[in-house]
Amino acid sequence: MIWSKEETLSRAEIEEIQLSRLKETVNRVYKLVPAYREKMDKAGVKPEDIVTLKDLAKLPFVTKQDMRDNYPFGLFAVSKDKLLRIHASSGTTGKPTVVGYTQADMDTWTECVSRIACMGGATEKDVAQICFGYGMFTGALGLHYGLERVGAAIIPSSTGNSEKQIMYMQDFGTTLLVATPSYALRLAEVAKEMGIDPARDLKIKIGLVGSELLTDAMRAEMHKVWGDDMLVTSNYGMSELMGPGVSGECEYLCGMHINEDFFIPEIIDPVTGEVLPEGEEGELVITCIKKEALPLIRYRTKDITKLTYEKCKCGRTFCRMANLTGRSDDMLKIRGVNVFPSQIEEVILSFNELGPHYEIIVEREGYSDKLTVRVELAHVTDSFRELEDISRKVRNKLRIILGLDAKVLLESPNTLQRFEGKAKRIKDLRSK
Amino acid sequence: MSAKQLSVFIENRQGRLGEVLNVLKNNDVNILSLSLADTTEYGLLRLIVNKPEIGKEKLAEQGFSTMLTAVLVIEIQHEAGSLQTLLEILSKRDINIEYMYGLSTNANRAFVVLKTSDLNKASDVLAEYGIKCLTSEDVCAL
Repeated sequence: MIWSKEETLSRAEIEEIQLSRLKETVNRVYKLVPAYREKMDKAGVKPEDIVTLKDLAKLPFVTKQDMRDNYPFGLFAVSKDKLLRIHASSGTTGKPTVVGYTQADMDTWTECVSRIACMGGATEKDVAQICFGYGMFTGALGLHYGLERVGAAIIPSSTGNSEKQIMYMQDFGTTLLVATPSYALRLAEVAKEMGIDPARDLKIKIGLVGSELLTDAMRAEMHKVWGDDMLVTSNYGMSELMGPGVSGECEYLCGMHINEDFFIPEIIDPVTGEVLPEGEEGELVITCIKKEALPLIRYRTKDITKLTYEKCKCGRTFCRMANLTGRSDDMLKIRGVNVFPSQIEEVILSFNELGPHYEIIVEREGYSDKLTVRVELAHVTDSFRELEDISRKVRNKLRIILGLDAKVLLESPNTLQRFEGKAKRIKDLRSK
Repeated sequence: MSAKQLSVFIENRQGRLGEVLNVLKNNDVNILSLSLADTTEYGLLRLIVNKPEIGKEKLAEQGFSTMLTAVLVIEIQHEAGSLQTLLEILSKRDINIEYMYGLSTNANRAFVVLKTSDLNKASDVLAEYGIKCLTSEDVCAL
């Protein structure tokens, strides 16, 4: 089912909406937000210079640093009394980034998430358990309002207390799970420890996963534990742009449909800032064209992906972004080689002998970088030959995929840290 | 006929071996023999104990990767050449030895713990030569 007719508009109709909303947004921020006016003046561009959609490229980028520099409300285009909600991202370095919503923004947000939930198969018959942390993080409440609009029964179980989560699933008959891919796998592990087979004993048939990238291997791992008939779709968003609801996958799993009547996507070269043609991989830049409180223009997401405008089999006409291959700031440069953690994950998940959890450690030894990958054995073995064999095979495959030699550390099952929110699997110790 | 060996996978981290021994001590599991094979990253601790099932259960509860492996425990003459004679018998019948370690209870008796490619075949071959393999019960009674 398709939630809104906007999702099937022709390209010309989409572009017409985009251009008129873009012009309006640029006018508003130029008039209302001093920081934007300053940036645009410095770049020598005025609101009236935006005549076609191509003119978007004339506008300066906005980065997370701009949000920090204008902490907390400096980039807002409405006064505080118009706000209905304030969220903030987990500022691991310095101040958090603050976002706000007016009534219209809340409606937009709910609309966007409803579309994504519907794409992922949610209906009013579903019992949806939201295992995202409720609070300042936008993930949980975003999905909450969207799924509620769809008509699903919501279990706002948040993260933590995994045994109780499994009990709810069993007793309340949960059919839809919202979680990060790594927490979904963790929950399956806990279920098994409790003697419950998630694929057989639970009713969950829909997984809406997000807030972390979902590689094909991770998806396969999800099917392995949650059953082959589970529809696992990933969705994308970030609090700066709105929260979840920017884009999501439909049942054809061929990229995430971007809600183009609210967001204009661009792909740029992360180094030069130049806009790249359709199909090329680069950093995703998003312009919010229908937001009142915080309409970010050309926001650099740091996420690496590519776009396609081909029509999808599902009937939606919105452009699709490929599942993320990584973040430009997650990219590790090891001995001069670019390494995305997702590449390492892909290698690990291709081995049945290993569990899905891992940790990547980069250290400096003398003048050289040293890469270590900690992995968990899926089964116990008494044979040295088997252990050495696994270790050697993983190492060889990493060398082929990364072009780098890595040290592989085998660990007992269940020794690596588990995560309930976004997994933190990379330890870069080189700067210390 | 075979005996049960308690095998434990341990990461090469300081204190890890001590933790295993502590669990065994607290549950009154006595070690009759052990072998520790290791690389720089991890090791396999192989133990012949008086209560292998309890050892496995308690170690698993503490998060250790552990399993019971069938091995042969064979009494040999406590004199030069007896081990060589035993291995020759197995070698002649194409039985490979994966690992092996000694077990000695007092000055007069000597035993060897053997893990071979085909345990049943090895046990049968040895029986032909009148060599008996001990069960876990026999081992406990030593």
